[in-house]
Amino acid sequence: MAVLQVASDLIQTTIVFATALVFAMLGGLISERSGVVNIALEGMMMVGAFTAAIVTYFLETNAGLGGSAPWIGFVCAIAAGAVFALPHAAASVTFRADQVVSGVALNLLAAGATIYLCKMLLNGAAQTPTLKHVFSKWAVPALSDIPYLGPALFVAYPTSYIAFLLVAVMAFVLYKTPAGLRLRAVGEHPKAADSVAINVYRVRYAAVMISGALAAMGGATIALTTTSNFSHNTISGQGFIALAALIFGKWRPVAGMFAALFFGIASALKSVFQVYGITNYIPVDFIYMFPYILTVLVLAGFVGRAVAPGAVGKPYRKGER
Amino acid sequence: MTGFVKRLFSESTLIPVVSILIGLILGAVIMLAGHYNPFLAYGSLFAKAFGDMYNFGETIRQITPYIFTGLAVAFAFRTGLFNIGAEGQFIMGAVAAACVGVLLDAPWFLHVPLALAASALAGGLWGSIVGYLKAARGVHEVITTIMLNWIALHAANYIVRTALLEKGMARSKYIQESAWLSSPGLSELFDHARIHYGVLIALALSVLFYYVLWKTRQGYELRAVGFNPDASEYAGINVKSTFVKTMFISGLFAGVGGACEVMGVFHYQTINAAFPGYGLMGIAVALIGRNTAVGVVLGAVLIGVLTYGASGMKFGAGVPEELIHVVIALVIFFVAAGGMVELLIRRFRKKNGTVH
Amino acid sequence: MPNEFAVEMKGIAKRFPGIVANDDIHLQVRKGEIHALLGENGAGKTTLMNILFGLYQPDEGEIRIHGQTVKITDPKKAIDLGIGMIHQHFMLVEPYTVLQNIILGAEPRRGVMISYKKALARIGELSDKYGLHVDPHRTIREISVGMQQRVEILKTLYRGADILIFDEPTAVLTPQEIQELMAIMRKLADEGKTIILITHKLKEIMAIADRVTIIRRGRVVDSLPVRDTTAEELAAKMVGRNVSFVIEKKEAQPGETILEIDNLTAFDDRGCQALRGLSLEVRSGEILGIAGVEGNGQRELIEVLTGLRKASSGEIRLRGRAVQNESPRRIAEAKVGYIPEDRQKRGLVLDFCVGENLVLKNYYAPPFCKRGLLRYDEIFGHAAGLIGEYDIRTPDEKTPARALSGGNQQKVIVAREVACEPDLLIATQPTRGLDVGAIEFIHRKLIEQRDKGKAVLLYSLELDEILNLSDRIAVMYEGRIVGILDPRKTNEQEIGLLMSGGHKGEREETA
Repeated sequence: MAVLQVASDLIQTTIVFATALVFAMLGGLISERSGVVNIALEGMMMVGAFTAAIVTYFLETNAGLGGSAPWIGFVCAIAAGAVFALPHAAASVTFRADQVVSGVALNLLAAGATIYLCKMLLNGAAQTPTLKHVFSKWAVPALSDIPYLGPALFVAYPTSYIAFLLVAVMAFVLYKTPAGLRLRAVGEHPKAADSVAINVYRVRYAAVMISGALAAMGGATIALTTTSNFSHNTISGQGFIALAALIFGKWRPVAGMFAALFFGIASALKSVFQVYGITNYIPVDFIYMFPYILTVLVLAGFVGRAVAPGAVGKPYRKGER
Repeated sequence: MTGFVKRLFSESTLIPVVSILIGLILGAVIMLAGHYNPFLAYGSLFAKAFGDMYNFGETIRQITPYIFTGLAVAFAFRTGLFNIGAEGQFIMGAVAAACVGVLLDAPWFLHVPLALAASALAGGLWGSIVGYLKAARGVHEVITTIMLNWIALHAANYIVRTALLEKGMARSKYIQESAWLSSPGLSELFDHARIHYGVLIALALSVLFYYVLWKTRQGYELRAVGFNPDASEYAGINVKSTFVKTMFISGLFAGVGGACEVMGVFHYQTINAAFPGYGLMGIAVALIGRNTAVGVVLGAVLIGVLTYGASGMKFGAGVPEELIHVVIALVIFFVAAGGMVELLIRRFRKKNGTVH
Repeated sequence: MPNEFAVEMKGIAKRFPGIVANDDIHLQVRKGEIHALLGENGAGKTTLMNILFGLYQPDEGEIRIHGQTVKITDPKKAIDLGIGMIHQHFMLVEPYTVLQNIILGAEPRRGVMISYKKALARIGELSDKYGLHVDPHRTIREISVGMQQRVEILKTLYRGADILIFDEPTAVLTPQEIQELMAIMRKLADEGKTIILITHKLKEIMAIADRVTIIRRGRVVDSLPVRDTTAEELAAKMVGRNVSFVIEKKEAQPGETILEIDNLTAFDDRGCQALRGLSLEVRSGEILGIAGVEGNGQRELIEVLTGLRKASSGEIRLRGRAVQNESPRRIAEAKVGYIPEDRQKRGLVLDFCVGENLVLKNYYAPPFCKRGLLRYDEIFGHAAGLIGEYDIRTPDEKTPARALSGGNQQKVIVAREVACEPDLLIATQPTRGLDVGAIEFIHRKLIEQRDKGKAVLLYSLELDEILNLSDRIAVMYEGRIVGILDPRKTNEQEIGLLMSGGHKGEREETA
């Protein structure tokens, strides 16, 4: 029974860690499927985490809001993420900048700006105080009563439900709707899309901004579920693990979700191991490295082959022959 | 106009300069919005960086690693490769130097070169993994370098933890004094700042960078590949091995940079929870320096002054140091989106009727 | 008749930095006619059509569609006006199916979802009406070039186009596919569609068009019914002087065998067999032309010959020495010169200066390089000599190759390759996209090399070029040489039949 308990804990923790990755992975997916490389997921997550934490903090301290504060914080984070992604869209689409450099700049900008604003708003404190109101887990009636499996799968933060729902939505939109057909066409062959009067620029702008919103949801999830505050290391690499999950899932939503869950296990193992004192036997450093090594192997074709969308990273110039 | 002045005002030089100005101005706007005094802030930044001999020496110490990583990024750029992995190569170089420094006993004239060679090899090999994966498996270097950075971070931590750890500390043991690059003479001159011989190595490598790129057959090949890999292949240049060679040299620059920090400044290697950020700044340096040797040194000076002076800004005007990261990010962004800046320059020129 | 014209373009002008692409162009296209737009590469016909399709805005002029003055701001507007364009480079999304490509941007819906059922019904109707049958469920990757073109046509019809612009539609087709296309175009016109055909091929115009408008250097030279003119007259109008279709050359003096290819096989990028036991000989003092429809292994053959692709079996001998699967450099050193198909992509490093480009093949050898160091004085001296000899129009040898015109860029490549004194000179599509003057220069140089006793291997998609330059013609089909012909004793029909897999002297029997 102890084994089952460990497994149940592990699954629950995995879902907690994977939720943020799923959001950000979806963010990366929509941007890259439209042909814009997004290595700024990390920065967008920071913006989301910061906005969610700071808004929630001010609402609960100054406005006296309770359980609704994190929800408003969450919504503000979505908006902030979309706005923060706008310069990346402008640089990548309108000014045909190197999308990787723009992403690097945005990551650095997010790291600097969030702490700067934090210190500015909180009289020099580099992190928000611990939030009194964050998301609490919801239990699905009946299903959560199943022994072991119930608590593992059906007692989760609302954000987890949203994230997994969004995977389904993304898959549906991408493969079943006109918008998805157009989005993928823009990412594969923008000229062809242009020739049938699809506005490549508009599609890419929209995709990048939605990307920012989704990644920010991932960041907000971390601030409002696992850490309950924002500090310089609230987001430390999750954006890049999400990128890894995107590639590992070969730019497909459902496969990407499983990749995120898989990488979530790695993080969960770490914390479960720490609880049960297994870290003495398996060095944590290897658990940390795991997602990245796997991604390199996938890219190198040692574990299946990952092929990026045809036009990803290539600026599109209208009317160029 | 003479050739030099002309080049100074050509669009390719103006873009980084204008981007820097935009970055600083936007930084000032942000400070104003936060009710800080930007003049006082920038003033105290420069006062901190250049105010006295000690701080001047420390500024140079801060600039040094940026030259190394800037050269690394710029060198790879010349072959058309975007080396985001200078960070990881830097770390691998540092940990290699730490290993040699801690574990080996040797007289200084062997110990120092051995440690440097080990770091060059470690950084170089870490870089060539990227080159190899690109050449042999067609994997885009940006993703591999990102992933390898994280692997390097944790691998280095593992090595320090298992082989070099100072009991009870989150760092390695001190390296032997015979492996130090610290220069008592220089340090004395700069009022005991931690300036060290690494800065001379950095400048020497900058000269080497220029020489290899523009005077040698190897440089011709890698520039050809950088501009047009297809035509290079047709011309008989081995593009794949050029990728690997370039990434080795690029990683070597970064790796030696890592060694100089360990051997010259700290004399130990810490267990890092996050990236020190030298590779990231290297990208900024290479972009600002337009991938030229002189440009990289100038870019490193700028970034070094800004990052070191930031603490002065906080002390003198109460502005959080992180503002400087915002400024640097904006500079990178505007250099990257050169189109935006070009538009601005053209408007400005049209208004003034200047013709260059 | 108020609405006699489907398209009227009046006084159209379009300037790009440095060139006037269109200068006061008038074009009138009647409803239901096939109207050819004739002109050389760079004459401005594509620019004009891009204006009509809303990709460019004219600087001056007026457009009327069915008598209505319109402003075509973007392709969407053009499509709404019933204009469709069949692009020269197909605008198809490769991983998508035929069906998805056709409906892209105009998807029928059921609720928020795409209704493939509705789309299929509509496409079925159109296919039947115009005889355009394609399997809607195959992906673009899986179908032939001719089929891909049908998809492009269906795309425009699906959007309700009644004015169809065909941009050089036959460039990639076999003679037989061209016949089928002509039939489709005729059928479309009979059903009331208006067709504008952009081409520089006189034969096609004579065969299918009702009317032709000739454009030269951005201006309309003439517009006349096809039945009132001849191919010779059109050619003269297109080029601006009388052109002889035959290139002056001496009788070939073939000598020893330079290149022998024996039972060569190789795979293409997708892993399909591209060369299936190809054998061929080229002798000194002759030009051997390779004819074939694009995609029958020519590209792979050239790449294997130059060392860029591995052969899976077979042998290549240069003067008797086996060189297959050696590096491009070793092969070049075995005295093989190569003028690649795409000069900007393959032939030059555009950001290198002319001098650096002129030593791209031998920069590493003395006198240009000693002990690993480059000697720029030697490099530039060498360049100055070639610039004079080949009349390369450039300010100096330190100018980036990017700044040169297409013709001069090609001269840089030819100068470089010929200067290496190759025994075998391989030229692929050496005149593509060049103006007449530059074409003549390149042709002269190739013949000059032949007369000097070099072996020349020429691959071109322009059948006329092959017929005019070659001393022998090798026809390639599905990775093999299916016939060696004497250009003086053959004709396009015979070559065309071989190119499409038919046998010499007989029609192909279908199994």
